[in-house]
Amino acid sequence: MGVSKMLSRVGERIYWLSRYLERAENSARLMNVYSSLLFDLPRGTRIGWHTLVEITGSHNDFDEKFQTTDERSVIRFLLSDTRNPVSILSSLEMARENARTTREVIPAEAWEQINNLYLYTLENAGKGISRGPRNQLLQQIIAYCQQLTGLLAGAMSHNSAYNFIRLGRNLERADMTTRIVDVGSVSLLPTLQAQGAPSEPIIEPYENIIWMNVLRSLSAYQMYRQHVYDRVNGEDVVTFLLQDKQLPRSVIHCLSRLEFCLQKLPGNENARRQVSKAQEMVSTANVPALLQKGLLEFIDELQVEIGEIHGRIAEAWFLPVVSNMQRQEQTQGDASAQVESKNISSALV
Amino acid sequence: MRIDWKSYNPGDFYDEVISTPAYPRKTARILARYLASLSSEELQLRKSSAELAIKTMGISFTVYSEAGNIDREWPFDIIPRIISETQWRETSKGLEQRLRALNCFIHDIYNDQKILKDKVVPAELLADSVNFRKECIGMKPAFNVWANICGTDLIRDKDGKFYVLEDNLRVPSGVSYMLENRKVTKRVFPELFENYNIQPITEYPSQLFDMLAAISPRPLDYPEIVVLTPGIYNSAYFEHSFLAQQMGVELVEGSDLVVENDCVYMRTINGLARVDVIYRRIDDMFLDPEAFYKDSTLGVPGLMRAWLKGNVALANAPGAGVADDKVIYTFVPAMIKYYLGEEPLLPNVPSYLCIDDKQLKFVLDNLDKLVVKPANESGGYGMLMGPQASVKERAEFALKIKANPRNYMAQPLISLSTAPVLVDRGAEPRHIDLRPFILQGRNCYVTPGGLTRVAMVKGSYIVNSSQGGGSKDTWIVSDGGI
Repeated sequence: MGVSKMLSRVGERIYWLSRYLERAENSARLMNVYSSLLFDLPRGTRIGWHTLVEITGSHNDFDEKFQTTDERSVIRFLLSDTRNPVSILSSLEMARENARTTREVIPAEAWEQINNLYLYTLENAGKGISRGPRNQLLQQIIAYCQQLTGLLAGAMSHNSAYNFIRLGRNLERADMTTRIVDVGSVSLLPTLQAQGAPSEPIIEPYENIIWMNVLRSLSAYQMYRQHVYDRVNGEDVVTFLLQDKQLPRSVIHCLSRLEFCLQKLPGNENARRQVSKAQEMVSTANVPALLQKGLLEFIDELQVEIGEIHGRIAEAWFLPVVSNMQRQEQTQGDASAQVESKNISSALV
Repeated sequence: MRIDWKSYNPGDFYDEVISTPAYPRKTARILARYLASLSSEELQLRKSSAELAIKTMGISFTVYSEAGNIDREWPFDIIPRIISETQWRETSKGLEQRLRALNCFIHDIYNDQKILKDKVVPAELLADSVNFRKECIGMKPAFNVWANICGTDLIRDKDGKFYVLEDNLRVPSGVSYMLENRKVTKRVFPELFENYNIQPITEYPSQLFDMLAAISPRPLDYPEIVVLTPGIYNSAYFEHSFLAQQMGVELVEGSDLVVENDCVYMRTINGLARVDVIYRRIDDMFLDPEAFYKDSTLGVPGLMRAWLKGNVALANAPGAGVADDKVIYTFVPAMIKYYLGEEPLLPNVPSYLCIDDKQLKFVLDNLDKLVVKPANESGGYGMLMGPQASVKERAEFALKIKANPRNYMAQPLISLSTAPVLVDRGAEPRHIDLRPFILQGRNCYVTPGGLTRVAMVKGSYIVNSSQGGGSKDTWIVSDGGI
């Protein structure tokens, strides 16, 4: 056989395919867990549905389009609104588009599966607005994504294309974990704290619930219980999610997967250097101190570093930006390319 | 929706399944009996399982419209079309003969122009041809073959004989649908494959690959072959991607390629990699902004230079479209005699040339009986269906013809054959044609069968998918059926 060569454009699309799938899965997890969290909190707590929009970094878009922040508006916006570039349906549409344009490199079954996932969501997204069928819909989307991950691992040669899939997945995953940590420790807890009188903090019974749900959103609750013997508490949870080397969705684990895949690609120096920088930052973080002060800033910085990894990957292997622009013009405003660049800014900076 | 052959009436058209009322042709007997045995529910079930297969396999095509480009599911009728092996053998030889002659013609036109000097083809036709590329003069592509991939449209008249309607020598499409149709039929009617000896068609992608490898300018074991597509909004994008996938080669867009020192390279994650053969699915005029349309961003600057230097092979070669012209078409039987010294095995549809004064007068006097076609449109655009057109439409068209007679030719309305199509009430006859695909490199290859296109609207002759046509799986079976 000849040496297999991979086009930069194909690498780019397949990387985005993987990111969009991971993003859809993460959003589904998040919505599912968030719904269940809100049902556990006392009525009248000021933690509202808007927080969910903030996690995905699309609050500006949302606030422009909606006056109210009720459950229906938020869920519609995040689930089925195709004007929202990071809604689950939009992500799946982009994933499908990227898959459709790389059909020659991914297994045929994978394309069928992605196509089915998109068609299923398109048909059923409307039903997910109400609470009853929502859980089932989101579980189904998560299951489809998980099947797909397994299918790719089992049916695709672990070649360059597969490395780009893993890069996209782990980068998106690391980013999402930082967001979820952010929400637990920075958005939810202080809001609750602020509502109780100083003498009688409302937080006590609910802190546990919040951290349990944070773990659940990353399928990490069970693993946490096996790993940490102490009761669920903020310090251990944040440490676990940032620094546990074995948890597949911890930031440090995702970064080490990135390092592993980057080693196999040519011209990887800058990207690897950037990953090392982020690894260093996460592994040396003093979580107890950060929880007292500075976690918000730390997470912001970490997200910037993760964004930089994407930047180095794009510089090393994707088509030069100039030709990207030409390509957009030539395909009369190629929707995928536009949304891609928009997503880079909204999701990572 | 039960099928009752007694109520199936193709009128006086040649029907592919039923010869005289309620009496199926020999090769279609098993099929006809089998279809009639299925209950309404069962037929409905087969139909929806085909629709589902097409949807999940993502077999689609794109329609240009004012509301934007829409990716549509491929329209497919589940009843296969059957052609006997004996008849196909002859047809297949005729197709090969035709492409060999056409390639001799194209090569002659860009080199010695003997056929013009000998006045077999009038020289003024060439002077006015919009598909003649002066940039290609003197070029000698591998094996002197310019059109490596050809899609020839065949129809059957009332006599059941195949006639050639046109030769598509530029970027013919449809072969992926031919292949996918077979896959869908296997899912829908697996039982029928037990009772018929059907010639397999799966070989096409490897035949295409071998042909492309054979025209590589560098003698390598593994030449780098790519499929060049205009991008995802092209109506045939599905096919471009499909063929690249089936051959295991790269699917590239213009921006993936770059020309340096008159050689073509693609941008890969390992840097630039030399490209030897390009199966291009972009029209000539968009191939290279240095040579043709200056503002085309679909192509690759310098590509023509690289090709003319012999550093890359292009299939089909630029300029091959000179023979894909409905006026030149009328001279193909003469070319076969001139270049090959053979009698044409496949007849043309009788045609009238408007460039000839006598024939022009005949055409204008008989517009209500004729189909008039422009020389260079494809996809069924820009033609006049005389018998169906209004008086006003005919008068307007007559003015167009008189203004530019070179650009038009006319043919009597051929009675396209019919085949049964599944509709709500059962089976009804619809008009069909056939597009086989022919490859020529070192050798020739003809697909067993081809893509059968169906005019899904009752009585209509328009089979183009861009205008609401559908398709059928096409079976070449041994005579006697079994």
